[in-house]
Amino acid sequence: MISLKVNGKEYEMEVSPDTPLLWVIRENLGLTGTKYGCGMAQCGACTVHINGEAVRSCVTPVTRAAGQEVTTIEGLSPDLSHPLQRAWIAEDVPQCGYCQSGQIMAAAVLLREKPRPTDEDIDRAMAGNLCRCGTYPRIRKAIHRAARMMAKGGAK
Amino acid sequence: MSTLEMKSRMIENQDAVSFTRRAFLKLTATAAIGGGLMLGFGLPARGEVRDSLTTNAPFAPNAFLRIDRAGKVTFVMPMIEMGQGTYTSLPMLIAEELEVDIDKVVIEHSPPDDKVYVNRLIGVQMTGGSTAIRATYVPLRHAGATARVMLVTAAAKRWNVDPSRCHAKNGVVVHGPTGGRLDYGSLVDDAAKLPVPDNVTLKASAEFKLIGTPHRRLDTAGKVDGSAKFGIDSRLPGMKFAVVAISPTFGGKLVSVDEAKAKAMKGVSQVVRLDDAVAIVAVHTWAAKQGLVAAAPQWDPGPNTTVSTADIIAQLAAASEKAGAVARHDGDAAGAIARATRKVDAVYQQPFLAHATMEPMNCTVHVTKDSCDVWVGTQVPGLTQAAVMKVTGMEREQVRIHNHLLGGGFGRRLEYDGTVRAVRIAQRVEGPVQVIWTREEDIQHDMYRPYYYDRISAGIDAKGKAVAWSHRITGSSIIARYNPAWIKDGIDPDAVENSANLPYAFKDIHVEWVAQEPPTGIQTSWWRGVGITRGTFVVESFIDELAANAKQDPLAYRLALLDKNPRAKSVLQIVAKRSGWGKKLPAGNGRGIALCTGFGSFIAQVVQVTVDAKGAVKPTHVWCVVDCGIAVNPDTISAQMESGIIFGLSAALYGEITIKDGRVEQTNFGDYRVLRINEIPQIKVHLVKSTEAPGGIGEPGTSCLMPALTNAIYAATGKRIRKLPIRMEEAV
Repeated sequence: MISLKVNGKEYEMEVSPDTPLLWVIRENLGLTGTKYGCGMAQCGACTVHINGEAVRSCVTPVTRAAGQEVTTIEGLSPDLSHPLQRAWIAEDVPQCGYCQSGQIMAAAVLLREKPRPTDEDIDRAMAGNLCRCGTYPRIRKAIHRAARMMAKGGAK
Repeated sequence: MSTLEMKSRMIENQDAVSFTRRAFLKLTATAAIGGGLMLGFGLPARGEVRDSLTTNAPFAPNAFLRIDRAGKVTFVMPMIEMGQGTYTSLPMLIAEELEVDIDKVVIEHSPPDDKVYVNRLIGVQMTGGSTAIRATYVPLRHAGATARVMLVTAAAKRWNVDPSRCHAKNGVVVHGPTGGRLDYGSLVDDAAKLPVPDNVTLKASAEFKLIGTPHRRLDTAGKVDGSAKFGIDSRLPGMKFAVVAISPTFGGKLVSVDEAKAKAMKGVSQVVRLDDAVAIVAVHTWAAKQGLVAAAPQWDPGPNTTVSTADIIAQLAAASEKAGAVARHDGDAAGAIARATRKVDAVYQQPFLAHATMEPMNCTVHVTKDSCDVWVGTQVPGLTQAAVMKVTGMEREQVRIHNHLLGGGFGRRLEYDGTVRAVRIAQRVEGPVQVIWTREEDIQHDMYRPYYYDRISAGIDAKGKAVAWSHRITGSSIIARYNPAWIKDGIDPDAVENSANLPYAFKDIHVEWVAQEPPTGIQTSWWRGVGITRGTFVVESFIDELAANAKQDPLAYRLALLDKNPRAKSVLQIVAKRSGWGKKLPAGNGRGIALCTGFGSFIAQVVQVTVDAKGAVKPTHVWCVVDCGIAVNPDTISAQMESGIIFGLSAALYGEITIKDGRVEQTNFGDYRVLRINEIPQIKVHLVKSTEAPGGIGEPGTSCLMPALTNAIYAATGKRIRKLPIRMEEAV
C-alpha cells in the first residue's frame, strides 16, 4: 500500500512500487492534465512538482513521491488565478495544448527561483519541455508577463 | 488548375446547398489535404468538453448552431481544433452574423457526417489542407445569419411589427421605434416553427465587428488548468489499458509471444495477437508495458530485412531517369534548353519525416455485440466511422465516433490506421480499452512524409537570363492510396503542387511526375504543407541558384519573374523592406529569401543565419509577411506563422527518418529531434491588410521556411543545400 498526497488530497493505493508516478496520476487518480509524451524524460509533457520541485513523472517511481507533496496542473490554482495561467491566457500561448501543463509546471519552478528571469534563464529552465506547435515565443512572453504580475503582488 | 477542378467535381457530387456551392467555387483554392481537421466533442468557452449533440435545443435551424430556451447558444464545429485556432475563428464567423457574445457560446465537436459537415473544398468531413476558413467562410456566416433572421422574424410577429424595423444585438432582438426587447431564448420556440429562409444577406466587410479583430482563443482555459480532453484522456468505467507492439520490420509478422510470462506480470489480463502486432491488455499502461517486455514477441521479419534508405534513394534516382506523366507543358522547354548558352542542373532530395505529434497515437474503443464506440482525436471523423464499420461489419448507427481535441495533427490524424488497429484489439477485449502507442511505436510506425527526389534544369542565355525550366518530381503518391479518384491523367495533383503551378513566369516550362513507391509496408502520408512544402523547397532553391548563376540579387531576380503575380510580388517587397534586405552583415552571416504561394495565401520570408567554422547552422532571425486575404482572427495567423516556421526549422535542421535492415532507426525525441526553446530565432510576422477571399494559414509558414533557410546558408557560405536535413558536409 502506497500513500500519496496529490494536490492536497490523500490517497492510498495498491500499485507496483516501480510504477512511474505519471501513470498513477493519470490512470489511478484520473488526473489527466499531466501528459504522456515520451516516457523517458525527453519532452517534459509529464512535469509535476514534488515538494515544489519539477520532476518528470514518467521516470519517477511512485515510491519517490510517497509521503511527499505532489502538485499537478490541476492543483496549481482552483480557478485559473495563478499568474502563469493568467499570462498564458493573455498571450494566447497554447495551440494544440498538449504540452502546456508541463510547460506551466516547469515555468512555476523557474519563477520561484528567478522572479525576474532573463531570456537566457527561460531558455535554461524550459529547454527540457518540447512543444511541437512551436509556441516557444509566446511561452517566453507569458513567463515575462507572469513575472511582472507577481512583482506587482499578483502572486498567490 | 487540376486540384480545383477536381474539388469542383467532388462538390458537384455532394448534395450541397446551392448558395454554398457557388460561393465556394469562387474561392481560389489550391487545397491540398495537409494540415488540419475536424470532429465531434464539445468544448464550451471555458474549456469544458463534452460529447456532441448531447442537448436537444428547441431551435436548430442548421447543423452548426442551437439555441435553448435559456438563451444558451451552442456552436457545432465542422472542423476539429488541433492547435490552429479553428475553435475561435469558426465561432467568430457564426457569431458575427448571429449577433451573440462569442465568449458565452458553448462549442461542440461535430459527430461523424460526411454530408452535413462536409469540407466543401475536399468532399468529405475533413480538417486539413489549410482549408478550415476557406471552406467555412461563407457557410458558417450564412448559418448564423439564417438563424438571426428567423429570430428577428419571430420577434416581429410577436410584436406585430415590420421585421425591417427590428435588429439583433448581443443575443437580443430590438424593435427600433419602441425600444422593445426580446432575448433569443424567449423566441426559440416561435423561431423553430418558421420556414428556414433560402436567401439571407450577409454583412458587408465594413460592418464586421468580430471578423478581422484579434480575439483571444476560446480554448485556452482548459489547456492551462488540465481540463482539456484529448483522446488519450478518455476515461470510462471499467476501462483497461493496452500497449501495442507492431512488427519492427516493415511487412513482418508476429510469430510467437510468451503469453504465460506476460500474464504472470501483475495487472496483465490478456494478450491479443494480430497478424503483424501484439497488444498487452492490463489494468494500467505501466503493467501493460511490463507485460510486453515479458511477452518478448518474436517476429518473422518478412521480405524487407535488407531494405535501407540508400536502396530507396537508389530506386527513386533510377525512376527519376524515366519520363513521367506531364503535369505542365508550355512552349518547348527541351528545345530551349538545348539551344541555350548554358544549362544549370540540380537534384534536390527531401527525406522521410515523422509527424511526432506531442500526443502519441492512441484510441479508446468499446465493442459490444451490437455497437462500437470510439474515443479518438481525428481529422476525418466520417472516414474513421466508415473504416470502423468495415472492420466490425456494423451499420453506421452502431458505430459512434466521439471526437476529441487533437494533441497535434500535422496530417497524422488524417489517417485512421491506429483506430482500425485499436478496434481489432478491442474486438477481443471485454469492456472498454484504451490502446496507447508508446513514443517509440509512434515514431517507428508512422505514415511518413514521402522521400522526394526532384530533378530540375534551366537553360541560360548569353545575358545570364533563364529561358526555360524543366522539372521532374519523383516520389510516393499519397493520393493514389488515399483517394485514387483524385488522380487525373496520371498526375497526382498534390505531388506537383507549387511546381506545375509555380509562381514564376517562364515561356518554356515542362513539369513531369513519376510515382515511385517505397517497399511494401512503408506507408506515406500527409505532412504539414504536403506537396506545397516539397515544391516550395525545390522551386525557391532553384530560383535562388539561377539568381546566383546570373550574379543577381535573389530578390530582384524573383521580382522580375512575377509581373503577372502582384500579390506574390508585393509580399516579397514588403518582407524585403521590413527586414532591411541588402544590409551588410558580419562574416559568417547570411540572409535568404523565399516565396510560398499556396492554399490561397501568399507568404514571403527572410531568414538570417550564422554558420560557424565547424559548419554549425544557427538561424537568428525570421521575418515573415503574410497576405492571406481577409484575416478572420489576425493573431491566430501570426501564431500559425510562428508555429509553421518553428516546425519547418525542426525539419530542415534535424528532421529525418532513416531505414536500416527494414526498420526505422529513430526511436524517440533523442534521435528524432525537434526544436527546443533555446534554439528558436527571433520571429517577426507582418500581416498584409486585404479584402481578398481568405486563404489558408496552417501550413505555408512551414513550406516557406525551409528554402529561405537554405538560401540564407548559401548567402553566408556560398554552399548550396540540395538535400534535407541540412548537413554542411553535403552542401555543394
